[in-house]
Amino acid sequence: MDSSRRKFLKIAGISAVAGIGAPSALNMLMKNEVRASSEGGGHGAQTDAHGGEGAHGAAPAPAGKRYGMVIDAVKFHDNNGLAEKCIEACHSYFNVPDFGNKKDEIKWLWQMPFANTFPGDESHYKKDDRTHSMQFMVLCNHCDNPPCVRACPTKATFKNADGIVMMDFHRCIGCRFCMAACPYGARSFNWRDPRGSKDGVPFIKKINHEFPTRMRGVVEKCSFCDLRVKRGLQPLCVEATAGTGAMVFGDLNDPNSEVSQVLRARFTIQRKPSLGTMPSVFYII
Amino acid sequence: MYNKGTIIPGLIIFVGLMLFAVLWDGGGKVEAPKPEKPVGYKECVKPLQYMKESHMELLNVWRDEVLREGKREPIEVGGVMYEKSLQNGCMHCHTSKKKFCDTCHEYASVYPYCWDCHVAPQEDVALKEAR
Repeated sequence: MDSSRRKFLKIAGISAVAGIGAPSALNMLMKNEVRASSEGGGHGAQTDAHGGEGAHGAAPAPAGKRYGMVIDAVKFHDNNGLAEKCIEACHSYFNVPDFGNKKDEIKWLWQMPFANTFPGDESHYKKDDRTHSMQFMVLCNHCDNPPCVRACPTKATFKNADGIVMMDFHRCIGCRFCMAACPYGARSFNWRDPRGSKDGVPFIKKINHEFPTRMRGVVEKCSFCDLRVKRGLQPLCVEATAGTGAMVFGDLNDPNSEVSQVLRARFTIQRKPSLGTMPSVFYII
Repeated sequence: MYNKGTIIPGLIIFVGLMLFAVLWDGGGKVEAPKPEKPVGYKECVKPLQYMKESHMELLNVWRDEVLREGKREPIEVGGVMYEKSLQNGCMHCHTSKKKFCDTCHEYASVYPYCWDCHVAPQEDVALKEAR
């Protein structure tokens, strides 16, 4: 009697292990096979596409758009009032309020000195006077690896198919995690009602009826003029610099775009590249 | 019956109070709202019945398509192009928020928060443009 119970338990144990283990083992084998076969196909396809250039190790050429911008700080420095013109073009179209104090300031596009724009890039020796006196146009960097998007609990901020980091104001709950996550200070919070006024002066001087305002408790930032870019137009700030070449906007994935050509020809720097956010805004200094 | 003296007057007062609103203002016919239709347009982007019942769902779909999926191209209905936008689409034809949106919303006592951010057309300017 005892021995048969022992036998029964043994068989039951073994079949339990087999029952649990076999499907997963089978699954693993299947997956490996699939991966191996797809890799073979992929290589073939790649060599076909590149005309047998031997680009085996290289990453495949990215498809789709990836918008970026080059800002020529020297041209902004030399053209008095150009920066203000850009900021006005942006802020007036997007109904960006001016609350009249630094603490509540809403910024889509603004200016900062070298030390604030590129912290850590100063040497302990003196910089040349020009760089010190220069103001740099700064805006949302529309990072490839945006920390704000990861921080947002409601997906109110997200990266769209063109690489533009977008805000869905409908969905923003005003938690300001994105502001803490953004290393560039590119996001602003509406502490007050943008439609309000102080001493009879409205915060939005003249409301543009083509674009909504925001409400109190919502975070806002530059959108790379997504709505214009989709229609084949340039962002408003770039349009305001037309003729000077102080700002160049375009598809970074397209090797023939103006922005790609400028990036190939000139030495540019990005803001805080060491953080790994991979910003899409480049500066010529 | 105990406490007849208090219970019966109490009941009468209670029933009176409950029926007060009905007796005071009941029975009258409430006018259905008549939102002002845009001049020169025969149809909307969807059938009238759908628009009456589900325009808010359509607005949500448009919002997601435009903002999330980047599908900003206008839609064509009956040979007319319409922008998928509340401010630049709907309100392009329905030029008055007061005479269109508000009439039904007030009647149904719903207060959507669209206009906390979206800018309603200026009543006079928009009307002039429409004409």
